[in-house]
Amino acid sequence: MLISLFITCYNDTLFPETGKAVVAVLERLGHSVEFRTAQTCCGQMHYNTGYQREAFPMMVHFLDVFDDAEVICVPSSSCVAMIREHFPKMAAESREADLVHRVEQVLPRIFEFSELLVDKLGVTDVGAFFPHTVTLHTSCHSLRSLHVGEKPTRLLEQVRGLKLMKLEEADQCCGFGGTFAVKNAEVSSAMLSDKLRCVLNTGAEICTANDNSCLMQIGGALSRQRTGVRCLHLAEVLAGTGGRD
Amino acid sequence: MSVRVAEAATAPEFPKAAKQAIANTQLRHNVRHATDVIRAKRARVVDEIPDWEQLRDAGHAIKAHTLRHLDFYLKQFETACKNAGGHVHWARDADEANDIIVGLMRQYHQSEVIKVKTMTSDETRLNVALEAADIMPYETDLADLIVQLGEDKPSHIVVPALHRNKMEIRQIFLEKMKLTTLGDRPEDLADAARRYLREKFLRVKVGISGANFAVAETGSICVVESEGNGRMCVTLPEVMISLVGIEKVIPRFQDLEVFLQLLPRSATGERMNPYNSIWTGVSAGDGPREFHVVLLDNGRTNVLADAQSRETLNCIRCGACLNACPVYRQTGGHAYGSVYGGPIGAILTPQLQSMEHSQTLPYASSLCGACYEVCPVKINIPEILIHLRRRVVEQGNAPFSERIAMQTASFALSNSSRLSTAQKLIRIGQWPFEREGKLENLPGMLGAWTAVRDLPAVPKQSFREWWSARGTGKRV
Repeated sequence: MLISLFITCYNDTLFPETGKAVVAVLERLGHSVEFRTAQTCCGQMHYNTGYQREAFPMMVHFLDVFDDAEVICVPSSSCVAMIREHFPKMAAESREADLVHRVEQVLPRIFEFSELLVDKLGVTDVGAFFPHTVTLHTSCHSLRSLHVGEKPTRLLEQVRGLKLMKLEEADQCCGFGGTFAVKNAEVSSAMLSDKLRCVLNTGAEICTANDNSCLMQIGGALSRQRTGVRCLHLAEVLAGTGGRD
Repeated sequence: MSVRVAEAATAPEFPKAAKQAIANTQLRHNVRHATDVIRAKRARVVDEIPDWEQLRDAGHAIKAHTLRHLDFYLKQFETACKNAGGHVHWARDADEANDIIVGLMRQYHQSEVIKVKTMTSDETRLNVALEAADIMPYETDLADLIVQLGEDKPSHIVVPALHRNKMEIRQIFLEKMKLTTLGDRPEDLADAARRYLREKFLRVKVGISGANFAVAETGSICVVESEGNGRMCVTLPEVMISLVGIEKVIPRFQDLEVFLQLLPRSATGERMNPYNSIWTGVSAGDGPREFHVVLLDNGRTNVLADAQSRETLNCIRCGACLNACPVYRQTGGHAYGSVYGGPIGAILTPQLQSMEHSQTLPYASSLCGACYEVCPVKINIPEILIHLRRRVVEQGNAPFSERIAMQTASFALSNSSRLSTAQKLIRIGQWPFEREGKLENLPGMLGAWTAVRDLPAVPKQSFREWWSARGTGKRV
């Protein structure tokens, strides 16, 4: 299967290792991956902050790039939520029938990374070896918008060498919230403190998730406080082979 | 007598108020404990109902239908209430409502009033208007009494004194009830409140209530509560006045079967409220002999006019969204600078009061969606927050630096060559701040980030650069 990767602007710029890991996992499973270089951004940050006018051309650009892609893999739950929930609204509001149609056409072909593996490709064992203690943070978009449920957990449970630790208060937001983290930095920090306490209580060495935006928030504090715990995207955990390629 | 509802105009911006709240360790401890207890109770009694989702759908549908035909149902309510011997008054805004109530007090030559379960009167600042007219209002709901005696403000829709703990309440009672001794067990505090209130229930001739629901077909008012103080308030006085927001109307008596399941389970985690009072007009020899309803608009028709945020008016004031909200759970209610705090306050206040006074409220959320998940009438609060943020931006009220940043980002993201260039520029721009792959101290807006977190430096190679170096379909 030819899988088209929407890496997202955020991963492209800040977390290229996540994209490389997605490619590694999918190729290991025997699929071809393409990266359409014209891609940029889904417009989430603009849309959620109130800049819908600026987000609109990004949606159109996304459609131009991905209109004819067979399967689109997105390693970011919040970007998938943006596309699924808000593209239809923006298209409807534009009153352009063609745009509405193009959004309708593309939506069923969009998969968050864990959805792609479990639902579309039907795999939970991706042949990974990752000898570390890991805890899973469930992003709010995964939980309440995508309803990915147990998919990331099922994938992690099949990883050889991995010990999965349960995270308490898993339904609580980490406090990132995009521009919320700087516009309401005090509240965001307070929420982050709670999340950090839960992560540290697991005793895990690594905190993983299917969204690098939460992980940048959690990981930023883990790093600042020199906790000796780090964050790693789910794809990077699943790409692990422990050098036994 | 006129009191402007200008509270939010003088309230500090949310981030500043939140900063103060977050520094208050006692407040945070109290709020955390209280919301944890209510959330757990709610989860237990919601999980036991197999058709909870259908109930939510029904609540949403009834409210949507009512709001679509609000003019009809309000007039139906007015007719039914009058037929049952009640009087109906219409108030365009807070001042009109307060003037009507002060006028009624004068008409009946009364200078004291007992009040229960009326957050709407906090919205209109009725107590200020009454006191200015030399009329003494006594709050009789226990939590409202604590707030009133403490010269405080409510911090939660259902549990207005949630930010106070037992020992703080004891101190307030000791001072304000002028007691010489008072124990610190909940029973001791309840006993003190009972003695203080009973005397007023028996003496004061006018009662003021809010309404949880106003039934159009019968003209009935419904108030639910836990203490029985409300029951006394609506039965003992000679004159009863109910201040009712126009969105509180529901079409049929039977609709209560939906809402009287949704409300108690969502609000206090109870299967049923201990006291459910429903009364219709007046009955000779039973309860108040005069009954007045004041129907209040105060901005609600403006909310109704906006198709994208109209469902804000679905709210039945259960407070479940506050308890679920990770922002509210850190700050408590006062930071929202309004009688309505938490997620519902963040969407209601900016719509009821002019945007320039409350434009920071739609941003008081990480859009985590926990509020929408628990809302018994399915108000899509995150969507409405985004809608209101858009209004802030399009009315030109967003900070200048933010607008510049967003426009720059939108330019950089409009095509991939600009994005590549931007990635290279950031890499150059970050070098004075970079320490071993991390940025620990950034200027400007990003300083808020690096105050408590590191930021990863932009790596030397972006994904797209790696991809093109790799060559299509081949490993490097």
